[in-house]
Amino acid sequence: MEQKILSVTELNQLVRGKLERDPDLQSVCIRGEISNYKLYPSGHHYFSLKDSESAIRCVLFRGSALSLRFRPENGMQVLAVGRVSLYPRDGSYQFYCTRLLPDGAGDLSVAFEQLKQKLFQEGLFDPAHKKKLPAFPHRIGIVTSPAGAAVHDMLRILGKRYPLSRVILLPVRVQGAEAPGEIARAIDYANAHAIADVLIVGRGGGSVEDLWAFNDEGVSRAIFRSRIPVVSAVGHEPDVTISDFTADLRAATPSNAAELVAPDQSELRAALEGMRASMLASMRQRLTRSRQQLTGLSASPMLRNPMNYLQERRLRLDKLTGDFRRVGTRLLQARRQGLIRLSASLDAMSPLKVLARGYSMTADADGRLISSVTEVSPGQSLTILVSDGRIRAAVERTEGETI
Amino acid sequence: MSDQSKTFEASMNRLEEIVRQLEDGSVPLSDALALFREGTGLVSNCTALLDQAELEIVKLAKGPDGSITEVPFAHEDAE
Repeated sequence: MEQKILSVTELNQLVRGKLERDPDLQSVCIRGEISNYKLYPSGHHYFSLKDSESAIRCVLFRGSALSLRFRPENGMQVLAVGRVSLYPRDGSYQFYCTRLLPDGAGDLSVAFEQLKQKLFQEGLFDPAHKKKLPAFPHRIGIVTSPAGAAVHDMLRILGKRYPLSRVILLPVRVQGAEAPGEIARAIDYANAHAIADVLIVGRGGGSVEDLWAFNDEGVSRAIFRSRIPVVSAVGHEPDVTISDFTADLRAATPSNAAELVAPDQSELRAALEGMRASMLASMRQRLTRSRQQLTGLSASPMLRNPMNYLQERRLRLDKLTGDFRRVGTRLLQARRQGLIRLSASLDAMSPLKVLARGYSMTADADGRLISSVTEVSPGQSLTILVSDGRIRAAVERTEGETI
Repeated sequence: MSDQSKTFEASMNRLEEIVRQLEDGSVPLSDALALFREGTGLVSNCTALLDQAELEIVKLAKGPDGSITEVPFAHEDAE
């Protein structure tokens, strides 16, 4: 029988694959006591978890360790959430921890997780509800304790970055039983009286219990219904509260909140200088272009040598005048010929021509032409016009007749 | 102080508009000169606003009759 020979690496990989494919081992929560705890400079935490009979090696990587709310110590009872796998270099199996909670003090953690889940399902963290912060906050409302370093850090940074704004401090208690109500009422007051364009809600660092007011449901609901954009600023970077999820923007610290709400005047000054430079460049370009246009125009013949230009025009005018005259004369002659032709035809129809053919006209003494026997009476003198003169005559008698 | 911030914001918006128009280059030269004069004036005004500004801080306080009023807030500068 042929036995398959594996390398050590192959064996470790085989076992690791089997462990990682088992769903029961990929999401595990174990209870135990910390021992051999060691924090490496890399930020990874190494320790063992043990009970009265057994132990298992554990690692909490830097990324997961950021959410730690306490400093792990040997002898501490904890709940560890994570998965089981094998570390090939040692051939040892170990627990890859993603969350570490103090056991017993776990009530708060459980409450936190439950409220977070509830508000998440209600849509309070929905990005669609997040309001945009104003570019220039004219009035900045700060809901925090008037004592303590946090408020002074914020005021100092706001004064340095954007001294044009007005800060309205809404003093509240930030820890203890009264804190959540005061914080929520301050947010509501700011909205009811529209006293600010943006609100910072927060406090400086402290223990999980100190920060607990910001995990209060009432505070989150007040943040959610605020029409004024809210920046949450609770504790230090790793501290995450329910307020952070509900707020329009989460700041890592109060100082960071001041940086997020206010533009920095050094950037504003740079922008102003940039716009001044840009306007100057545009104008310079514009003037250069106009100057080029002017140069182009002054190179035109009209402006370079106006007399020559006029002379040319005058010659052209003279030539046109000559042309005009010639055309005029020709037209006049044509008209004259036409007139001669017309008077010839008029002549052919003249009554004088008719007289020449032997007809005559008879007129009375007043020169009126006679065309009827009724117009004359016997003895009346008449003048008969013929082609070459007049015949004086008298009426002998009249005889009516139809021809 | 908040009026200054409003003036500042309006000036910045107007400046952006002026810069755009000047870059576009289609406005007549005389209008461009007027815009340029307005723009450089706004830059000077905005810089002066920043130079002179000092953060105004008030605190809301409940008076004896329970009404809420603004009172000055003393802020000791950490520097």
